Parts: sequence; structure tokens; C-alpha cells
Amino acid sequence: MSDVTVRKPRPKHLALNQIRLPLPGIVSILHRISGAGLFLLLPFLLFLLDRSLGSPETFETFSAVVGHPLVKLLLIGLLWAYMHHFCAGIRFLLLDMHKGLELEAARNSSRIVLIVSIVLTVIIGVKLW
Amino acid sequence: MVKRQPVGAHYGLKDWIAQRATAVFMAIYTIIFAVCALALPEFSYEAWSGLFSAGLFRFLSFLFFLSLFYHAWIGVRDIWMDYVKPTGVRLALHLVTLFLLVGYAGWAAQILWRL
Repeated sequence: MSDVTVRKPRPKHLALNQIRLPLPGIVSILHRISGAGLFLLLPFLLFLLDRSLGSPETFETFSAVVGHPLVKLLLIGLLWAYMHHFCAGIRFLLLDMHKGLELEAARNSSRIVLIVSIVLTVIIGVKLW
Repeated sequence: MVKRQPVGAHYGLKDWIAQRATAVFMAIYTIIFAVCALALPEFSYEAWSGLFSAGLFRFLSFLFFLSLFYHAWIGVRDIWMDYVKPTGVRLALHLVTLFLLVGYAGWAAQILWRL
């Protein structure tokens, strides 16, 4: 008997533009991206909190800064990041407790996370705008 | 005797738990904050600063910030560990992250206790 087996070349598929992530994968990478974005903009958010709580004068500065359309857009983006991180985080906590581990349940909860975080962003965003 | 285990299933468990414990606290605080903010009669300096100068709310807010910075430390460190391979660069990024977050903690304390 020959020991030689013909090995098929294993597919190495790390082309990021070709990989189609499943829904739970999308939720997972967005969790990381939203977390990184929130971390990067922490100094800006602390600056806003600082101005808003300093004095009536700095509160005016705060109002002027957040009143700028571009800043509003940025804040809506951060709001989505927070909402997504929040919802996806709760999903991960439930997964840690072995809830919703089955394929179908995991797909459904991913869909719920994506939808709920966008809906919350729209509701709160409209209220604050 | 040195009891530290550098390998095995317990390595990193403390951070894993801390990441989740801080997450739970922040989630609860987020709900409390949302309820209190919605209950404000108007969004003015008086109402807004009044909310944060209340003893319990200030205390919870400060805990929120500490939780946030510890949580961010673990998460951002994981990102560096996943994507940055050269040891020197990774160490530098870890230190920058750590210094920033400790600085933010001081800043947050100053914002809240100046009121």
C-alpha cells in the first residue's frame, strides 16, 4: 500500500472582499468597529460633557458645537455605535449563558440586534435633532 | 511559591469577567440615565447640571466612567493583540491606550466633582 495520498490544496480564503460573512459575523465585526469608534472619539465626548456641565457660558458653547450639522451627523453615527454595541453586547452576554446558541436562533438574534439598534438610533436621533 | 499559571484555561479569566461585569453595570446605568434624562423638564444648563450634581447620580456616573475605561482597555487591547504583531509596536500601543484611559478617568472625575 502506498502511503501517498493526493491532497487537494486546501482553500485559503482570506480575501476580505470575497468573504461573505454570515449575519452573526457581521454583528460581531460591527461590535468591534463600533467599540473602536467610540474609543477613538472618547476625548470629543468628554469635551462635550465638560462644556455642557461647566457653567451657563460653556453650556452655550456646547449647544453651538452640537448644533453644527456635521457634528450632529457625527453624533448620530456615535449614537448608532453605542446602540449597536449595547444590543450586540446583550446578545453576547446571552450567548455566554448558552442562550440562543442554535444556528437558527443565532441568526434571528443577529437580525434583531441589527434592526433594533437602527430603530433606536432613528427614534433617539429624531428626538434629539 | 509562585502560584501564577501562565498557561491554561484560567489565563485571562479575570479580564473576561471584568469585561462582562463592567458591561452589565454600563447597560443598567444607560437605562437609568435615559429615564432621568427623559424626566428632565427641559434641556437647560440648570436642569442638566442639576441632574449630575445629585449625589447618587454623580456617584453612579463616575462608576460608569470607570467601568467604561476598564471595559475599553480590555477591548482595545484585544484589538491590538489581534492585528498588531510586532512586539515593540504592540507594547507602545498598549501603553498609549493605558495612559489615555487613565487620563480620561482623571478628566471625568474633574468634570463631575467641579459641579
